[in-house]
Amino acid sequence: MLEIKDLRATVADKEILKGITLTVNAGEVHAVMGPNGSGKSTLAQILAGHPAYEVTGGSVTYQGENLLEMDAEVRAQRGVFLAFQYPIEIPGVSNAYFLRAAYNEIRKARGEEEVDPMSFADLMDEKMKLVEMDGAMLTRSVNMGFSGGEKKRNEILQMAVLEPKLAILDETDSGLDIDALRIVAGGVNALKRPDSATIVVTHYQRLLNYIVPDFVHVLVNGRIVRSGDKELALELEARGYDWLLDEAVA
Amino acid sequence: MSSSIESLVNREYQYGFVTDVDTDTIPPGLNEDVIRLISSKKDEPQWLLDWRLKGYRRWLTMKEPHWPNVSYTPIDYQAQSYYSAPKSVTPLQSLDEVDPELLRTYEKLGIPLNEQKFLSGVAVDAIFDSVSVGTTMKAELMEHGIIFCSLGEAVKEHPELVQKYLGSVVPHSDNFFAALNAAAFSDGSFVYIPKGVRCPMELSTYFRINAEGTGQFERTLIIADEGSYVSYLEGCTAPKRSTSQLHAAVVELVALKDATIKYSTVQNWYAGDKEGKGGIYNFVTKRGKCAGANSKISWTQVETGSAITWKYPSVILQGDNSTGEFYSVAVVNNRQQADTGTKMIHIGRNTRSNIVSKGISAGGGQNSYRGLVKVMPKAEGARNYTQCDSMLVGNECGAHTFPYIEVGNNSAQVEHEASTSKIGEDQIFYLKQRGLSAEQAVSMIVSGFCKEVFKELPMEFALEAQQLLGITLEGSVG
Repeated sequence: MLEIKDLRATVADKEILKGITLTVNAGEVHAVMGPNGSGKSTLAQILAGHPAYEVTGGSVTYQGENLLEMDAEVRAQRGVFLAFQYPIEIPGVSNAYFLRAAYNEIRKARGEEEVDPMSFADLMDEKMKLVEMDGAMLTRSVNMGFSGGEKKRNEILQMAVLEPKLAILDETDSGLDIDALRIVAGGVNALKRPDSATIVVTHYQRLLNYIVPDFVHVLVNGRIVRSGDKELALELEARGYDWLLDEAVA
Repeated sequence: MSSSIESLVNREYQYGFVTDVDTDTIPPGLNEDVIRLISSKKDEPQWLLDWRLKGYRRWLTMKEPHWPNVSYTPIDYQAQSYYSAPKSVTPLQSLDEVDPELLRTYEKLGIPLNEQKFLSGVAVDAIFDSVSVGTTMKAELMEHGIIFCSLGEAVKEHPELVQKYLGSVVPHSDNFFAALNAAAFSDGSFVYIPKGVRCPMELSTYFRINAEGTGQFERTLIIADEGSYVSYLEGCTAPKRSTSQLHAAVVELVALKDATIKYSTVQNWYAGDKEGKGGIYNFVTKRGKCAGANSKISWTQVETGSAITWKYPSVILQGDNSTGEFYSVAVVNNRQQADTGTKMIHIGRNTRSNIVSKGISAGGGQNSYRGLVKVMPKAEGARNYTQCDSMLVGNECGAHTFPYIEVGNNSAQVEHEASTSKIGEDQIFYLKQRGLSAEQAVSMIVSGFCKEVFKELPMEFALEAQQLLGITLEGSVG
């Protein structure tokens, strides 16, 4: 589904990714871990098409096509979804309106009919249960005045509605208390399908207790220094990142 | 990001065509003879000519105001014509007699004037340069006792009303441009809603400047008698020309006891080209008087056009418990400059005013909000709330705020809130990441920003405003 080869990228002339190679197949969950500043979030943003980053080398193939040549909205329409670490506020635009507009754009791109507000409301009723959100959240402006936990649940709600093929969760666990973490992870697990894949970017092992990864990759200083299974995450939890930092330097 | 915003705000002006009609245009320049000529062309009574001359003589003693935050090449008031009318328009003609060329013009503007195609639920007075070419739905309105016609016609048919109220809110001596208008005003709309009548449809005037080298100086007068209600809409467009044209209009509203007037404007005069060549100088005095207790006047404006806008729709809150409202969206792009806002003058007890101003600046546009809230000593319990938000698109535009607050009564409550924001790359990226195009993303962000104002517009106009700003009208329609 996704094949990243020797990906290099800079932001404001500073090299952040220094050659990332990673293959993600349908049905898999990959965790990308690493200390602060290692390039985890940059990787997530580049896959989603953020214009602030410049790709200086390597390739990314998604469903057989060159992902890097697609505009951000085309990537979204083809099923790439990024759950933002810091979800953005849009004053005056209701959450329900925003979600329906996004849903309809993605349906149009797939050649499906747009849905009217009534049928969309029914769909929402069902999806809201997944993240245990109440209806009042739909009439509020997008992310305006939402608590940290509400923002993250709102991201997962969007994911539930848009049903991506490749979901990238960028530090979705940061700022969540244990109940919110359980709800968010429960939502993500419920959305897993054999034809979709998930990349979970996280600093801590905690989230991986709920979303169990098939593969764990450790990113240090713009490179993947180690890959393994979920045991690697537990080892990081016990030992921290320092021993890998030392290895990376050596 | 910038390319998408540019394509959105730089869309070609759609109304820049010229109608080819034979006109009766008087030579450029303004003097007492010209005023007499205009007055005689309109077959006016002596009292009105005298009033015009009073305005003219006052104007000669006044100086063009330069306190607004705008700059432009000086206007040569003797270089433009003060009257231009299509020859085919005759006084008091019926709509069946209107020149087909003019009908086609309004059709192209989306304002059908022939009987079969009337906009549903809207009566229209169509003003072309200096004259009204026709008013629709007059008979239906007359059944309710409502008078809706051109001001010129009202002078003939209802002189007692015109004489009583003309200049009662904006006197001939009010300001430089108002005095010029008093001297040279051509046509405009007149509305009278009788006691206790709720006007059953929207009333609308569509202003079109067509002739080159002329100014438009229309004058509108709306009177809502006790306990009545009216919603009035105004739209305006002009051809693209490389020289600027002056538009100095006056609008007067009078709301008597328990009456409500809702006045909405979608202003889309030609704004000039990217370098700032051409475009309308829109120097307009709009004022309403809440003369009676419990009356209400509400201004809503969407200002997207004009090279220069100088406009402060105001309310004099004279009656006890009266309410004034001002909802504004002003958009400037390229070299456009807008200095707009409102004045709320609290005179009566327990008077209320509410101001919501949304300024959007793009390109090299400069947008200023200028507002005065004045509470007079006897305005016991007066309250004002002002919210003034600016949005910047790009790095070369400007947003300015000049709020003036004068409070002469200790029981008054006056609140002012202001904010400035910039459309962020992160906001656009967030929406694109959910599958929306950059253009849709900008639309959605701008629409959200203007929501509080758009929800005040009648539906037909809300749709027009939506098209104008190229934005989706989220939640505010239907």
